[in-house]
Amino acid sequence: MERHHFEAELQNLRNQLLTMGGLVEERVHRAVQALMHRNEEEAQRVIATDKEINDLQMDVDNRCLRLLATQTPLAVDLRLITSAMKINADLERIGDQAVNIAESVLVLIPQPPLKPLIDVPRMAAIAEKMIRDALDAFVKKDAEQARDVLRRDDEVDELKDQVFRELLTYMMADPGTIQRALSLILISRNLERIADHATNIAEDVIFITEAKDVRHHAEQQEAKP
Amino acid sequence: MANHDMNTTAPDTGLRIKTEVKAPTTPSPAAGSPPDIVCRSVNLSYGDNHTLHDITMDIDDRRVTAFIGPSGCGKSTLLRCFNRMNDLIDNVRIWGEIQVKGLDINAHTTDVIEVRRRVGMVFQKSNPFPKSIYENVIYGLRIAGINDKATLDEACERSLKGAALWDEVKDRLGESGLGLSGGQMQRLCIARAIAVEPEIVLMDEPCSALDPIATLKIEELMYQLKEKYTIVIVTHNLQQAARVSDKTAFFWLGRLVEFGPTAEMFTAPRDKLTEDYITGRFG
Repeated sequence: MERHHFEAELQNLRNQLLTMGGLVEERVHRAVQALMHRNEEEAQRVIATDKEINDLQMDVDNRCLRLLATQTPLAVDLRLITSAMKINADLERIGDQAVNIAESVLVLIPQPPLKPLIDVPRMAAIAEKMIRDALDAFVKKDAEQARDVLRRDDEVDELKDQVFRELLTYMMADPGTIQRALSLILISRNLERIADHATNIAEDVIFITEAKDVRHHAEQQEAKP
Repeated sequence: MANHDMNTTAPDTGLRIKTEVKAPTTPSPAAGSPPDIVCRSVNLSYGDNHTLHDITMDIDDRRVTAFIGPSGCGKSTLLRCFNRMNDLIDNVRIWGEIQVKGLDINAHTTDVIEVRRRVGMVFQKSNPFPKSIYENVIYGLRIAGINDKATLDEACERSLKGAALWDEVKDRLGESGLGLSGGQMQRLCIARAIAVEPEIVLMDEPCSALDPIATLKIEELMYQLKEKYTIVIVTHNLQQAARVSDKTAFFWLGRLVEFGPTAEMFTAPRDKLTEDYITGRFG
């Protein structure tokens, strides 16, 4: 017996999540580009188009609820649908963080550059790659690729600490830099949060594919005698 | 692991549930009890047809164990081994060992009547006798030679209460059992099964002929019955297995494929066959 209708619905659900993932990754990229090129128009566009992502989020939740109510999914299907709801929330939050970055960019643009930006674009590149790889692992049901995403979260955290430290020295030396430094600190914090959301998605992918809950280092604790 | 929010690192937030709400009937304290039914390499054949292959499993005391699997997988056949119902079929050969509370039920010295008293059974189609409700319930006691009215009255009330039917029939115990609704008849059969105080109650698709409300009543009843009895239920309704059972066994082509805690079976089955069956991708 094949459940054609159900399979098609599951595929639509996966596709919607991927569409959303592609969109939020692009928003993060454009927000950071707006920062690097001091492009006000681009930043405004990121803010204005967030509704698209919000609408997708509601659509995905509706699909999940409908499937839970009508198809009584079990085993891998149950894990997929409940995780899809969580991935959905993480993606929407990434979209919000892109908006936050764009808003900080709008604060920074009218003022002269504080310093050449090196670590922030590095953080952005890693975070974007983490989103892409987490979703790629989701598509390919590849728990190893998902674990690789988890490992990269630390890099982003370290970069964020480095940015904080560096900007602190600017602020201590010259209070005139505080507003710009704070905006950059917020941006690096937003990027670090984006990496965290990508990590959550990777954890959900492991749960879907292996039925293992690896959140909060549960896997390592399990391994202990 | 990624939620390093600065403001959410408090180790003990008030979010932990201090007192968990108990379900209306709490599970019996069966943990640590020896298994009620022990199967060791159980095989069964009808003539040349080998239908059960090396079934080895332990069924827990005062727990609900569900047998699931496609039609013809052997789940009902195994269930019927537990009170030697298969004896009634010609050409049946059973080998391997089945112990019920330590008693080897297929041993030559074992009294079949005694086995069936200890292991009651409820069938797919309710089968009350064409007798009064009262006589239906105490039938097993009567054929065991008990005629003391006070004893029978007490057993009747206790059993009907145990089957959650007492309130509905207490004023018409003299009426025919066949005049009850489908769900009531099935509960009457459960009352009849528990009147002789068995240790184990086998249920072979007890709800397949019932509407959803009557089904829910039987399921609620199972939560209560497992405080006193070990229940083994064969069901084609996976949601029912998921709702009522503590452990689930999945059978396929006469083999036990997977047997484990129900919550695990329905969220993360270990075997691909189990996964395919419960997600409806079988075949």
